[in-house]
Amino acid sequence: MNHILLLAKRELGYYLNTVWGYAILAVILMINGILFNTYSMGSNTEKYSTDVLQDFFFFSSGTTMIAGVLIAMRLLSEERGNGTAALLETAPISEAQIIAGKYLGAFSFLTLITICSLYMPFLIEVNGKVSWAHIGSGYLGLLLLGGVAVAIGTFSSAVAQNQIFSALLGSSILVLMLLGWLLGKSTEEPLSEVFSYLALFDRHFQPFMRGRINSESIFFYLSLIFIFLLLSTRVLQSRRIS
Amino acid sequence: MIEVQSLSRYYGEESAIEDLTFQIQDKQVVGFLGLNGAGKSTTLKILATLLSPSSGSIVIDGNNYDDTSISFRSNIGFLPEEPPLYREMTVLSFLKHVARLRGMDTTAFKDRLPLVIKQCQLIGKEKSVINTLSLGFRKRVGIAQAIIHNPKLIILDEPISGLDPKQIAEMRSVIRSLREHATVLLSSHNLNEIEETCDKLLILHDGKLVAQGTTEQLSSNLSKETTRMESELVGERSVIETALSNIEEITSFVIEEERIDSCVVHLSMTIAAEHIVPKIIEKGLGLRSLQSARSELEEIFLSLTKGGKS
Repeated sequence: MNHILLLAKRELGYYLNTVWGYAILAVILMINGILFNTYSMGSNTEKYSTDVLQDFFFFSSGTTMIAGVLIAMRLLSEERGNGTAALLETAPISEAQIIAGKYLGAFSFLTLITICSLYMPFLIEVNGKVSWAHIGSGYLGLLLLGGVAVAIGTFSSAVAQNQIFSALLGSSILVLMLLGWLLGKSTEEPLSEVFSYLALFDRHFQPFMRGRINSESIFFYLSLIFIFLLLSTRVLQSRRIS
Repeated sequence: MIEVQSLSRYYGEESAIEDLTFQIQDKQVVGFLGLNGAGKSTTLKILATLLSPSSGSIVIDGNNYDDTSISFRSNIGFLPEEPPLYREMTVLSFLKHVARLRGMDTTAFKDRLPLVIKQCQLIGKEKSVINTLSLGFRKRVGIAQAIIHNPKLIILDEPISGLDPKQIAEMRSVIRSLREHATVLLSSHNLNEIEETCDKLLILHDGKLVAQGTTEQLSSNLSKETTRMESELVGERSVIETALSNIEEITSFVIEEERIDSCVVHLSMTIAAEHIVPKIIEKGLGLRSLQSARSELEEIFLSLTKGGKS
């Protein structure tokens, strides 16, 4: 566990001590702010506070996923590019610990970015009323969705030779998983059921967006995180053999 | 003691190294020599646990690589050709991070640090950001990370490549000091450096260990009937290679350096130098210089890594 925390601390420290970390933070918060101002709050028609909050979680899900991929794209590909992977691979730690530490560090930074957007739901309070439970469930959904994006990014980073390819691969996997609902609509059962279930946003995030905590979706997101981290571990292990 | 037994590594059907067997006594500096593609890097990566062997075993003081590969890594310190450094960190924070990664607690790190800093001649550089250091110092930080956890085997891949003469001299003294506490295995293209620094040599050719021993032991096996010369021949590499291959008296040769219009070639031949000159000119090659190849190690290396003309 100490090794995992050590690696996580190092990753988090990297984001907090380099321009890259602050660039991601600034861009994501700026996009969130613009969308919040123009899309959620800027509408001419009157809206219930709950709808404004729902809209906020809707677009935040997109920026959170983008942030997840951007944060994770360098995790392992940069180590290989800089030649520092040897430090990890010759240390007496397992591949699973390397992946867990890297993931934890990246996810901590994503959590920090997500927390920084909390002022927006509070702004809704100025002219309306929102439920704390709705905010809580929405943020839980954002963190779970972001957690999946970071796990996919970690996997892409383990596979890819460089950060650009890692970001492209991660984004492609995410888009494919987001389009599950479309495939679900254009295929027949039982395939349609499978695709709909695998849809990252449509079936599983919408309950959180509306203020409901869905245990099935929590299980779904946690399973995806586990699967992608397991795959990342296998990729690292295979590098010693290949 | 480090014992390597029947070590092989295959990439598909092709073997990178085959059936390597050698032993290294404690606190020796051992030089790994071989031409490009001889299997040096593969062997070093396997010993550093970056690659798994296809077969064979590595035992360090009774610890077998096959049994406990994760804890086995504590026995090894590795410096690749390009030092693996987090350049945004200071020397001290980097070494602390690496020490903790290798399972050292704070007390053990604090006890060990002064010795490592002294051994790697990094006094006064502890608080410097690694990115601001020269290549010579970065290499030394690379060695410091490799020895911070007090490993039994230190593997240095091309530790002097890219260094200037002053830095090479400093690095030589650092490497020599390492043998006081561990066994050092290093690879280098610089034969003089190997000769100056190492107690024992392992010579690889085509993935096989063709010789091992001290320079003296290896030179005693060297044929005294062969003349070895260094020559600068005018012409393109392919033309020179073809011409030399057709001179019967030249038993082997290796092109050491390609220049704009010429190549520096090491020649092994069965006749005296004055008799080879007309034969080279007869083949249409321009002869710019011909001199004795003086380094004993160079002679050993060339004779062992060239079964025939190459």
